[in-house]
Amino acid sequence: MIMNKYTLYGGTLAFGIFAPILFPAYVSQITVLWLMVVFALTWDIMGGQMGYNSLGNILFFGVGMYVCAIVQVGLHYDVAEYTAFSGAVQVHFTTSQYFSGLILGTIAAAFVSSLVAVVFGWIVFGLRGPYFAIGTLGVAIAAGELMGAWDYVGGGGGMSLPGFPGESDGSAFFYVIMFTLAVATFLFLRWLYASRFSLAINAIRDDEEKAEGMGIQTNRYKTVAWSISAFFLGISGAIFGNMTGFIEPLEVAFPTVTFGIFMVLMALLGGKGTLWGPVIGAILFHIIKEITWTYLLGWQWVALGALIVVNVVFFQQGIVGWVQEKWPEKFGIEVDEQLGIEEDSQTETAK
Amino acid sequence: MRLFERIIMLDNISLLGMAPFLNVQLLLDGLLIGSLFALSAYGLALVWGVMNVKNLAQGDFVIMGGYIAVVFARNGIHPIIALPIAAIVMFAFGWLLYITIIKRVIERDLFTSLLATFGIAIVLAQGLNLAFGPDVQVAESGFKTLVLFDGNVTVSQAKLVAFGLAAILAIGLVTFMKKSRMGQAIRATSQDARAAKVMGIDTEKVYAFTFSLNAAICGAAGVLIAMVWVIQPFFGITHSIRSFVIVTAAGFGNLPGVIIAGLGLGAMEQFSGFILGAEFQQATVVGVLIGVLIWRQVQQHKHRQVVQ
Repeated sequence: MIMNKYTLYGGTLAFGIFAPILFPAYVSQITVLWLMVVFALTWDIMGGQMGYNSLGNILFFGVGMYVCAIVQVGLHYDVAEYTAFSGAVQVHFTTSQYFSGLILGTIAAAFVSSLVAVVFGWIVFGLRGPYFAIGTLGVAIAAGELMGAWDYVGGGGGMSLPGFPGESDGSAFFYVIMFTLAVATFLFLRWLYASRFSLAINAIRDDEEKAEGMGIQTNRYKTVAWSISAFFLGISGAIFGNMTGFIEPLEVAFPTVTFGIFMVLMALLGGKGTLWGPVIGAILFHIIKEITWTYLLGWQWVALGALIVVNVVFFQQGIVGWVQEKWPEKFGIEVDEQLGIEEDSQTETAK
Repeated sequence: MRLFERIIMLDNISLLGMAPFLNVQLLLDGLLIGSLFALSAYGLALVWGVMNVKNLAQGDFVIMGGYIAVVFARNGIHPIIALPIAAIVMFAFGWLLYITIIKRVIERDLFTSLLATFGIAIVLAQGLNLAFGPDVQVAESGFKTLVLFDGNVTVSQAKLVAFGLAAILAIGLVTFMKKSRMGQAIRATSQDARAAKVMGIDTEKVYAFTFSLNAAICGAAGVLIAMVWVIQPFFGITHSIRSFVIVTAAGFGNLPGVIIAGLGLGAMEQFSGFILGAEFQQATVVGVLIGVLIWRQVQQHKHRQVVQ
């Protein structure tokens, strides 16, 4: 297993580094692949490890995107004027202006998203089970609608972001950043899931009342977990907004029915509540999606919905969960034959 | 620009103050539409209360019923005749959905049914989009518009007819639940599924019937909505959220509550649509949902303090 683990890490790293060199035509697709990995990993903090299935995590992606855009533009221009005359007035950002804006914007995006998570956590964490899922879905939909009505950031028409300085379109730059983000998220979560924190949030998943009875400050843990996932989602939003160069509330920033659902589906497909599950699910889902999307001609959404149903109803443990059930000894899980009950595999492999 | 919009908003509010008939108009429109919301919300309360399935495809059932009416209207058949047919078709569709999917999610955790029905909702909405296109459609009913209060308030006859039909359906449903064997079995199962089983009720059949009945109610509500309002493949999610708002506010097994919440939501949407503008309609529904959830939480908080 140890051997296996290092080949897995090495293989992923090698793919991440050499893929853009080997397949230069697919750089943007592979960048989105790493974005998907971030989505699935951050969703799993809540959905998999803590048992709070949010349908509205995309909120933080959009918030990060808009915060970064406002900071980037606002450092040098008046944002309201910028959006009002978008396209009509040529604005120019020098290289240093661009990068300082991007760095500050990304930092601001991460922290504002976390802050939003704390504030919304206060509202929605009293909700349990389905109410939580519907409440978060509602918050995300409302955020998109309200953003579309806010003229300061261009309303429904959206706003264009500063262009990447120099000759290139910056795809290689954004690739490196997104890949680094995905790796950083993974490593952070690997560390987090090995700490006491993961025991606490797993306890919340298994039985929140008992966890509370044991003296775990459930609300504090829930808020921290949500702001961690918001932190990384905010950064990913800031980067993705700059990558596409144009942001708009419904399709790019708060795509509840596309990215917002993909993140749930990817984590479930790979196996929720495991460290590698979301990564595997994201890679598999993205490859399937990129290959089939162009050939399905409008049926892709029907296929997506059907995939959700099949995944949830017939294959809820996901790929990693299924492998764990099949070969528990490879994951260091001991099956007590006498009891005939498998141990809860999820907490074991999280380490 | 912002200031300008704000002035319009204030203007709209003061307009309501100056013209009392406008209030009557909005209230009447809202209540008439709200009765249809209450109908599909009652279906959701039924499914939620009896089999603990949170059906996010509720709104898409409504839209499906609406498209059945549209198809009939195109072929020259009146929507009211389409109403029972849509109910029967949707009943069969609900049964089919039950034996293929829903049956497998009843015993599972809360999120499974929510996500599975969300998947169904996506399939239905996108399927309808492929079949009928994304345009807004109406089932032509040929009813006239009534004029009240010296022309200050207008009511379309179609809305009154729809309201009447919704009321008849609701009374029929209540009678069915109270008097018929199946209705009694449904109520028994919702009280205690295990005890019902012991008493010889085939709970499996009760679940299947409940889910199909819900689909049929939604189909009927959809026909009426297509008749008095507009339908579009992607309006389903808004209808689903409306049903959730109403059920969350009213609770299950509380028919008067569902009716009042439905009528209230309809009226609230009309007023906010007038004051804020029609593009805020979805945001209003979602805002009300969040408001209801927060209100429930405050209630629970109070309850907890009392327990402490």
